[in-house]
Amino acid sequence: MGLHPTQYKGLLGWIDARMPSLMTAFRTHMSEYYAPKNFNVWYFFGSFALVVLVIQFVSGILLAMHYKPDSNLAFWSVEFIMREVNGGWFIRYMHSTGASFFFIVVYLHMFRGLLYGSYRKPRELVWIVGCVIFLALMAESFFGYLLPWGQMSFWGAQVIINLFDSIPLIGRELSTWIRGDFVVGDATLNRFFSFHVVLVPLALAALVVGHIFALHDVGSNNPDGVEIKDHTDASGRPLDGIPFHPYYTVHDLYGLGFFFTAYCAVLFFAPDMGGVFLEGNNFIPADPFQTPTHIAPLWYFTPYYSILRATTSEFMIWVGLGTLFLGVLTYLRVHGGRSRLVVAVFTFAVFVLMTVPQVRLDPKLWGVVLMALSTTIFFALPWLDQSPVKSMRYRPGWHKILVGIFVAAFLVLGYLGINPPTPGRTLVAQLCAACYFGFFLLMPWWSRMGTFKPVPARVTFAVH
Amino acid sequence: MKTRLFRLAAAVSAAACLSANSQEVKLDRWPTERGTNLEALQSGARTFVNYCLNCHGASLMRWNRLHDIGLDDKQIKANLIFGNQRVTDTMTVAMHPHDAKEWFGKAPPDLSVIVRARNTVEYAGTDYIYTLLRGFYRDRSTLTGWNNVVYPNIAMPNIFWEPQGPREATLTRIEYQDVPPPDGKGAPRQRLVQTISQFDAAGNVVLNRTELDQGEPGFAYGFRPADPKAAAAVDAQVADLVGYLNWMSEPTATFRRQVGVWAIAFLVVFTGVGHWLHAVYWRDVR
Repeated sequence: MGLHPTQYKGLLGWIDARMPSLMTAFRTHMSEYYAPKNFNVWYFFGSFALVVLVIQFVSGILLAMHYKPDSNLAFWSVEFIMREVNGGWFIRYMHSTGASFFFIVVYLHMFRGLLYGSYRKPRELVWIVGCVIFLALMAESFFGYLLPWGQMSFWGAQVIINLFDSIPLIGRELSTWIRGDFVVGDATLNRFFSFHVVLVPLALAALVVGHIFALHDVGSNNPDGVEIKDHTDASGRPLDGIPFHPYYTVHDLYGLGFFFTAYCAVLFFAPDMGGVFLEGNNFIPADPFQTPTHIAPLWYFTPYYSILRATTSEFMIWVGLGTLFLGVLTYLRVHGGRSRLVVAVFTFAVFVLMTVPQVRLDPKLWGVVLMALSTTIFFALPWLDQSPVKSMRYRPGWHKILVGIFVAAFLVLGYLGINPPTPGRTLVAQLCAACYFGFFLLMPWWSRMGTFKPVPARVTFAVH
Repeated sequence: MKTRLFRLAAAVSAAACLSANSQEVKLDRWPTERGTNLEALQSGARTFVNYCLNCHGASLMRWNRLHDIGLDDKQIKANLIFGNQRVTDTMTVAMHPHDAKEWFGKAPPDLSVIVRARNTVEYAGTDYIYTLLRGFYRDRSTLTGWNNVVYPNIAMPNIFWEPQGPREATLTRIEYQDVPPPDGKGAPRQRLVQTISQFDAAGNVVLNRTELDQGEPGFAYGFRPADPKAAAAVDAQVADLVGYLNWMSEPTATFRRQVGVWAIAFLVVFTGVGHWLHAVYWRDVR
């Protein structure tokens, strides 16, 4: 009585008769989710990211069993894990290597989206949720990096929290409120621990579920950027789609072999990665009275950190001129008197606040604004990209060159951020920052220019 | 304070760069083969206990962890532990941090992870400490009477002075400085200044010569030991000591690499099976 009719036998049948949503979810997201059959290597990184998330959860839970969030004990408890806890070194390196691999995998995953226009209509929400995941991941990493309570943990957190100081009027109070003290201290460590192990992981898990739900509602894009749902058989299944399970589960399992080989090679043979994944300075306990000669964030933040450092007062005139140029372009693009007025006033106000000596805002503040913009500009991609085709495959050759320049600028910014600045390096960083922002902000113009190749109706696929 | 912090982060930290550059000395390479040689590690442990463990502690290092480099409890107790510590204790020192600060100006750091702490993107911590410990010279102008080519005005004296014997030192520093024009008129100009300083074995400056517009910016040094054989023996002893410090910084490193070989071997098989499974399933995708 009251049981749902079921097609399954045994225990599964017993469950399905009482809770059919379980197998419905399995069918919706696995066995009857049709993914394009022409995925290439770039499509591995989504499932890799999910696997790293699980690695971080499991190793993090084990670390939290031995870690002490107390400014007198934290540093020593981490070394206690390394030396006295059975297999503690393995757990700790799993977590520290996992953090860096998370960003490697996520950056490649995002680059795939850029390459094949995966953020374009109707997948804007998939992309936006993904961008929120990226921000949450940065927060997670920032909070977590304070926990070993070494010199870099301490001074890195100090420097980043002090960025809030540059906000007019409320800045100082805000940064004190964030720290819970006038300097980074025990109160800061405890709240960061709480954020790192409870708040952000919960948010991340929920966001990842949202990301996958949003994706499965619209279906995956593919390297050709064509919609497989446009060509279906009599029963409504896409002709170029194959069930995710078992085809892509075994496919990703195979890919995971390569992923884990790279991950374990670092974990077991170079967990420090030459001072890039684990910095030497962080093996010195935090000392509020001794500032290290060179403070740098971890490698995955350095591109944005470089942009912050490159925003000097001499550079502001160029930023202002760039804004003006962009404002003029936008003015010519928009229609209607009111829109044009808004663009003109906004551009003029920003230009004045950037360059006119008497009224301009502190270049430090603009540095923070540009850094914030550099991490959030990804949100706008679905609307910045105006190309008539999604995939880079069918775009003009010089579009690929622009993407290449963007990637090079990003990598150079990252390299410069690891190293101490010199006048020459700052100049290079400013050039790269211009390329970085130019790539995105001029995209509405360049992405529709050039001769596009014809896009096929169906996906191109070579039998494996 | 906040402005100072911010400047460090956001702007060109010129002071930091300068101090880093003026110390930039070419580090000697630590002979890495000492790091895997059990005899060398044991000799390093002996040197560590005799020379370092009076002022520096290694509070994360338990005595009985020395089992890993081939010493048993009896040997550890008889030859290495002074006083009434047990083999299950950690290597702590009797010196109170407060006294240490009074005597040396700052408390000697704990050496448990010192090699890893000195690792940077540019050089290895082992090379740094190997060069530092062999880089002392007599200098009467400092508090301890010792100075160091890697770490100028270091608070630590030369612990190996006795076996090493007296040494003379020659330091050559070339850097940009503001130099007033020869006729004394006009503003000073940035020029390359080469400074050669010679110290005798008692730490007196016997020569201090400057020349203009010579060579490339940098720092070089040379030692002339009275007894080259004794000095070479100390070099070998320091190499063993650095090997020990390196091992102590991560005692599980050797085991980690051994596990790694098995892990990679397993993953090669795993990937092979994955490839086969993939091929079997994807046979019917056309």
